[in-house]
Amino acid sequence: MRRPWLSLVAATAALLIIAAPTLACGGLIGPNGAVNLLRTTTFAGYTDGVEHYVTSFEFAGGGGAFGSITPLPDVPTDVVRGGDWTLQRLIRETDPIVDEAFAASDAGGEGAREAEVLLETTIDALDITILRGGGDEVGLWAKNHGFRLPPDSPEVLDFYADRSPIFMAAAFDADAAAARGQALGDGTPVHLTIPTDNPWVPLRILGLGKAPGELVEADVYLLTDREPALLPNAGAFAEGEGLILDHSASATKSLLSDLRSDVGMEWVPDAAWLTKIVVSSNAGELDFDLAIDASGAGRPSAIDAGYAPFGNSSAPRAPIALYLLLAAVAVIAVPMLLDRSGRGASRTRPLAGA
Amino acid sequence: MRRRSRAWPTAAALLLAVTAAVGCAPSAQTITITIHYSAFDASQLTVPRGVPITFVLVNQDPIDHEWLLGDETFHDAHRTGTHERHDGLPTEVSLPALETVETTITFDEPGTLAYVCHLPQHESYGMVGELSVEG
Repeated sequence: MRRPWLSLVAATAALLIIAAPTLACGGLIGPNGAVNLLRTTTFAGYTDGVEHYVTSFEFAGGGGAFGSITPLPDVPTDVVRGGDWTLQRLIRETDPIVDEAFAASDAGGEGAREAEVLLETTIDALDITILRGGGDEVGLWAKNHGFRLPPDSPEVLDFYADRSPIFMAAAFDADAAAARGQALGDGTPVHLTIPTDNPWVPLRILGLGKAPGELVEADVYLLTDREPALLPNAGAFAEGEGLILDHSASATKSLLSDLRSDVGMEWVPDAAWLTKIVVSSNAGELDFDLAIDASGAGRPSAIDAGYAPFGNSSAPRAPIALYLLLAAVAVIAVPMLLDRSGRGASRTRPLAGA
Repeated sequence: MRRRSRAWPTAAALLLAVTAAVGCAPSAQTITITIHYSAFDASQLTVPRGVPITFVLVNQDPIDHEWLLGDETFHDAHRTGTHERHDGLPTEVSLPALETVETTITFDEPGTLAYVCHLPQHESYGMVGELSVEG
């Protein structure tokens, strides 16, 4: 029997980054220290105790490599290339201005303490690694594998690892993407299948690496079996907090049918509730996540929203967690191999170092 | 006997030398600075001039940091520098993730210096401290 839950989507930051000039990694930190993230769209659906998380990594031009780290609610059993039009079809559903054929789909010393690698796979020009570990362990793994994390990452990684020690690291090789003939804006959709009983949507990570006043923008789609209760401001997002409830209605038959016809999307139920949340907030104010209760109980968790203190990462999760959902977050980082090269692009005086 | 008579003057001289050294030389100091969540736990320090100060720099973060100590001209240069690591100079220390590094400095002149992490975004994130040399 299908659980009355939802799906969700987390929009995330990690996705893309404008590729930086030659030697700089286009990820989280550009050659001048700036963070360049493209607005991104992510989808998460939850039914029968399984979360389906679909996001896209977009080729934004340039060269070099960059990546992202996304917190996940649990260990995925499968990570594959996503369908071609799921994200585009969702956008078309909630944004009727789009009149393009959705099927065109153009969108696109330390070893002992490293995180445990649970799964590795390559999808197009993306190297995906699923990790398990605390904030320090995941950060160390990232550092040792070429990611350069921004200064706020230690705190943010702990923030998530305290709830779920599962992360997805995605390294995107822009040179490889170009060699594959990917054009600007082409996306590589990734579909994760995550059995979990405790889904949530990470939002705080969208501000990773950004200055407090920088704008974070993202679209989060949730597909649940019934209308979910949400926190903050469950069911009625306050624009002051940078979250806007942009769409909340029963999913149309045509949408569900279209989604179901995409690759790997046969799990989409016959009836569901579609929610779209627009994130538009200063990074400094985005210090919470999105808690979702699609069980009908109407009690989204303050802990899942990041309002309550967490236990340590080894503590068992509260069995109460009737929420669902998933998470997607991203961080970006820059391959270490290019680490200082990136800095060199903006630092013209090799003299004194730093 | 003879042997003893030769040993006594030597021992006495050594004792005198040690006593003099202890009495005249300023005693060394140790200051621990811990970095957690990309922040120095001490943002203002005061040290005496002419005393060896050992700084124990503890990086509790899973990312690299730096501890670079100097005046404004020094920091201006480092803000645009490209050195990947800092080794060899006691005032320029690279701090690998989750590691502790010690450095000892004797300040000859009074004044005010700053210690900063110049990795991208770290200074603007707040990794700055001030050190006053008195005397």
